Amino acid sequence: MTDIPELTLAKLRDALRAKDVSAAEAAEAYLDRAEGASALNAFLRIDRERTMAAAKASDEKLARGEGGALEGVPLGIKDLFCTKDVETTAASRILQSFVPPYESTVTANLARDGAVSLGKLNLDEFAMGSSNETSAYGPVINPWRRTGKDDKLSPGGSSGGSSAAVAAHLCAGATATDTGGSIRQPAALTGTVGVKPTYGRCSRWGIVAFASSLDQAGPIARHVRDSAILLRSMAGHDPKDSTSINAPVPDFEAVLDRGVKGLKIGIPEEYRLDGMPEEIEALWRQGEAWLRDAGAEVREVSLPLTKYALPVYYIVAPAEASSNLARYDGVKYGMRIEDRDIQEMYAKTRAEGFGAEVQRRILIGTYVLSAGYYDAYYLRAQKVRKKIADEMNAVFEDVDLLLTPSAPSAAFGLGEKTDDPIQMYLNDVFTVTANLAGNPGISVPAGLDGQGLPLGLQLLARPMDEETMFRGAYALEQAAGFTARPGQWW
Amino acid sequence: MSIDEKTVAKVAKLARIALPEERLAPMTHELNDILNWVEQLQEVDVEGVEAMASCVDAVLPLRKDALAQDETGGGQPEAVTKNAPRTEDHFFVVPKVVE
Repeated sequence: MTDIPELTLAKLRDALRAKDVSAAEAAEAYLDRAEGASALNAFLRIDRERTMAAAKASDEKLARGEGGALEGVPLGIKDLFCTKDVETTAASRILQSFVPPYESTVTANLARDGAVSLGKLNLDEFAMGSSNETSAYGPVINPWRRTGKDDKLSPGGSSGGSSAAVAAHLCAGATATDTGGSIRQPAALTGTVGVKPTYGRCSRWGIVAFASSLDQAGPIARHVRDSAILLRSMAGHDPKDSTSINAPVPDFEAVLDRGVKGLKIGIPEEYRLDGMPEEIEALWRQGEAWLRDAGAEVREVSLPLTKYALPVYYIVAPAEASSNLARYDGVKYGMRIEDRDIQEMYAKTRAEGFGAEVQRRILIGTYVLSAGYYDAYYLRAQKVRKKIADEMNAVFEDVDLLLTPSAPSAAFGLGEKTDDPIQMYLNDVFTVTANLAGNPGISVPAGLDGQGLPLGLQLLARPMDEETMFRGAYALEQAAGFTARPGQWW
Repeated sequence: MSIDEKTVAKVAKLARIALPEERLAPMTHELNDILNWVEQLQEVDVEGVEAMASCVDAVLPLRKDALAQDETGGGQPEAVTKNAPRTEDHFFVVPKVVE
């Protein structure tokens, strides 16, 4: 009998189509694994009954030859995507017991193509964090451990439930979101593939908003091909999101084999950070060599404004968050702390309902938007953002892709960075520019460090050119031949 | 620029987040760390640069001026109020605002 969770998403899809396995068998196999992995705290909610009902409906469609592109494939859904009649919390106390009466466009697109949801995945509260430690439901534990050690490591964040669940084979793939690196950094820390598409490629409708000009949905999967398959189903124009781009969605899977011959790959010298582990530097050089050997032309490029990207982000994102999160007032949905005075009711509800990091960001955002500080902080940050985006676009006139490390370190221990917000923020140093400028980016697992932990390489592409990004990523994956996986200790 | 406790208290009030007295000093410290770090943006010459609010074209698409027939349309008071902590006859119930 086929060990279903061992199959790649692509092979599972093919096996379902060929009726070698049934959707019910696939759902059951993954449900068993997911339910048996509570030590990882990756899933916030698993609904066996609902999943099995959806799987049976998929089997009926497959029997009639009407199966969609993902018919019967079991996925995990980050709990930032609203799911109709299924609790959606954004890992925040303030949204506890919120049951959306509607479905996000991305999850509706996946359901249209036949994907089966296993349940909702843990994350940093409102996607604000890089370690999954800001979740009101406790941190996710990375399935990876340092060789010979049993310290609990972070799976990255904010999509830490997604990255851990995919790495541990608790689902065939997962949805995730990326505002500053929240797909690519957790993918890098768990040896998985994470894709942040071009801003506007996936609809934001029905995704709990964090920073609307930066938020973008994308997949986390175990292989580049799997991520290409998922993105094709997730993406597409949506009239309900005014920033959704009205352009056809290419068949990303079809371009994977085209290789990188003749592509120009840029290596941004400013991404070489002081104090970056030697192993990451070496892996980056190795990535260059792999792409060169595959026929690409590699050249140094310069992005001198890179160091300002994170400070810009930590003004723009909190500003947008303070505005987006104003809706949580104890009136329309979520929790309420009662008081006879309405202002007190608001203030107590929000103090009780939001965690420390979310409160910090709302206060920063409120401050930089307030009278007297708006020009000095927010307006200036928006102008620097424009310069950073222009600089990025100019570099892409000379190169097709940029190759960088995905994250400045391998997975770190729980509690190691929680005392210093800025140390935590630096996790996104390589990923955040793509959010500011709108470019697509992908993290591909490329090797292990000396402690046996996975490291990722990132490729960035021109806006709307995910096809070239996937070609590069597939070439990297083929060359790296990354097959390591965490031992099953849970 | 640094932020003092008085300003943090004012910002917390604007943000409608109750900040207990004992959290005021640590929060001021945390916010100052972040503000000192973003201070480096003052080095960048932004003279004549336009402010960027979005990665996509700023032209907002227009839709037909008609009631949507999907879940974004009207006539669904039950769905709209069902998650509210307190409701009465499809109204949101809040503490008395006007004396």
